[in-house]
Amino acid sequence: MAVQKLPLAKAINESLRVALETDPKVLIMGEDVGKLGGVFRVTDGLQKDFGEDRVIDTPLAESGIVGTAIGLALRGYRPVVEIQFDGFVFPAYDQIVTQLAKMHARALGKIKMPVVIRIPYGGGIGAVEHHSESPEALFAHVAGLKIVSPSTSADGYWMMQQAIQSDDPIIFFEPKRRYWDKGEVDNEAIPGPLHKARVTQAGTDVTLAAYGPMVKVCLEAAAAAAEEGRSVEVLDLRSMSPIDFDTIQTSVEKTRRLVVVHEAPVFYGSGAEIAARITERSFYHLEAPVLRVGGFHAPYPPARLEEEYLPGLDRVLDAVDRSLAY
Amino acid sequence: MTVESTAAARKPRRSSGTKRAGAKTTPQPKASEPQLVQLLTPEGERVKNDEYDGFVADITPESLRGLYRDMVLTRRFDAEATSLQRQGELGLWASLLGQEAAQIGSGRALRDEDYVFPTYREHGVAWCRGVDPTNLLGMFRGVNHGGWDPKTNNFHLYTIVIGSQTLHATGYAMGVAKDGADSAVIAYFGDGASSQGDVAESFTFSAVYNAPVVFFCQNNQWAISEPTEKQMRVPLYQRAQGFGFPGVRVDGNDVLACLAVTRAALERARSGEGPMLVEAFTYRMGAHTTSDDPTKYRADEEREAWEAKDPILRLRAYLERESAADEAFFAALEKESEALGRRVREAVRAMPDPDHMAIFEHVYADGHALVDEERAQFAAYEASFADSGSDAGSVEEDK
Repeated sequence: MAVQKLPLAKAINESLRVALETDPKVLIMGEDVGKLGGVFRVTDGLQKDFGEDRVIDTPLAESGIVGTAIGLALRGYRPVVEIQFDGFVFPAYDQIVTQLAKMHARALGKIKMPVVIRIPYGGGIGAVEHHSESPEALFAHVAGLKIVSPSTSADGYWMMQQAIQSDDPIIFFEPKRRYWDKGEVDNEAIPGPLHKARVTQAGTDVTLAAYGPMVKVCLEAAAAAAEEGRSVEVLDLRSMSPIDFDTIQTSVEKTRRLVVVHEAPVFYGSGAEIAARITERSFYHLEAPVLRVGGFHAPYPPARLEEEYLPGLDRVLDAVDRSLAY
Repeated sequence: MTVESTAAARKPRRSSGTKRAGAKTTPQPKASEPQLVQLLTPEGERVKNDEYDGFVADITPESLRGLYRDMVLTRRFDAEATSLQRQGELGLWASLLGQEAAQIGSGRALRDEDYVFPTYREHGVAWCRGVDPTNLLGMFRGVNHGGWDPKTNNFHLYTIVIGSQTLHATGYAMGVAKDGADSAVIAYFGDGASSQGDVAESFTFSAVYNAPVVFFCQNNQWAISEPTEKQMRVPLYQRAQGFGFPGVRVDGNDVLACLAVTRAALERARSGEGPMLVEAFTYRMGAHTTSDDPTKYRADEEREAWEAKDPILRLRAYLERESAADEAFFAALEKESEALGRRVREAVRAMPDPDHMAIFEHVYADGHALVDEERAQFAAYEASFADSGSDAGSVEEDK
């Protein structure tokens, strides 16, 4: 393949294909992942090529999917589980929090849980209730889990490879409204560490830290700000647990201003954690309090209101202005 | 023993069901009469059973004595653990008293390569698997959350969240089937767990994938304070039929019947015929755990009725009736069980508290930056006390 321009969904699909080819213990499990290829076609064609035994259409029961994946992992398999939509993960929340996350510690390291849980997340596609949520903080709060989210096709490809190779359970949040965005994927590249943040755009006046679907919004905001003569640095955090605070700290101690952007509600969100830690680490470097842009403390609204609910270009720029005004 | 006699024993608790005003207009589903597989009566008489006798045809006086020894030692270990809790050596204990036959019978039906997913009360099954009893006590003493290697004895860690392990067992069994292995999986759970969604989902998944798993429910009649009437309206074993696999009710206080039925179910699973549900009808003679007080919710008469069906007395009666064990055997076993009690007591008292830094161990397999950071901070904080000598009050904030 070498370098190819692929939509994010296809990049993840290619990555899963490689994993199935290289490791016979890798399994794909989920609702409609077989013949249909998943509701977003991320597993398209995989059952046809690898069979029903490795690309498994499951009963419609999320706790059952994750619970049996745990059992398969105990047997030596490496299941990659698809939860169809963000809002449907909660029946599996118990298995994820009480079992998957804690199994390794409970066994004092004698058993490992190499399970990847893929969750298409976030809004922006005009969906009905429970199809647009960003529950990453609910998982990041749980020790034993690792949480990542790619924002580009290349990351979709490589981060999935790395997640499957990890011996820890990983929740892999896929920004569903970016599934169709194309980007270059070099399958011969040497990827950086899974949990390292990336400076996507260098700048000097203010740092925007985002992940998943919001990286694109922040890059657009940076471009707009540049027209007004402001130099905005954009960080793609890529991992929400662990968070690469070193990269954020380095950026903030240069720009002295930080705005964290995510779709998830601001209250108790990852922005709160970043604000607290960066305030501790870089207190004397900050010229302004760490600001947050994100969802409101309200249920995700009906689709006709999501444009107002989701942080867009203007709300990000408004926060940039407020930060610079200090 | 007949089904009627077990029903009679439970009658006082059932009055609310029959006195309901709306009972005529909303009839309860008429379940067919529960069939109870029994090979030994409470008096220790061998009952013929065409379906299951073949599964215990190999049982010799020696293996009967082995089953008896297993039950006696398990009960002794259990009693010791309860005492250790009362003495403050354990924080909690979940006694298996009364369930020895269900656990030893099913546990001895397993082959080495079979895999067990227990609840937190399967001390007798652990015994059968060769798990050292003292390994089970770490979590109840509060020095770990289990910590044994499940692969050593194919005995998974105790699972405290009710019913979760039935899905793990199903997934594991799906893996066994994929591997084409000649082994089976057994999932233990209780009557309370049967209400959990995970148990229903494990039935669905195992049926759909024809997974080689045996669901072994010890219906001990009580989920802490709630009787089975609060969990189900049809005999539990009948539920399997709706999922597409067989269910059977066995006398859970009859070790021979539990052995036979579990062997049959495991054999069925191994030969590719899929899951099976075994409901071992038994009784929790003690409290739910040492924190519980059953006098608040159940009558003494009920316990007394079940005492007459005690699994150990029953097998002893059979051994004596058949002259399969002599006084010397019982005396030697008595000595052995006292030695076990002593060994367990000494092992628990010698069990050290874990190192403080154990908090941060094994959170992740591949490490995590935050855990590393907090470990270093906490180590520095603890070290600061050592620096300050006896005056802990002068400890400075770690910067």
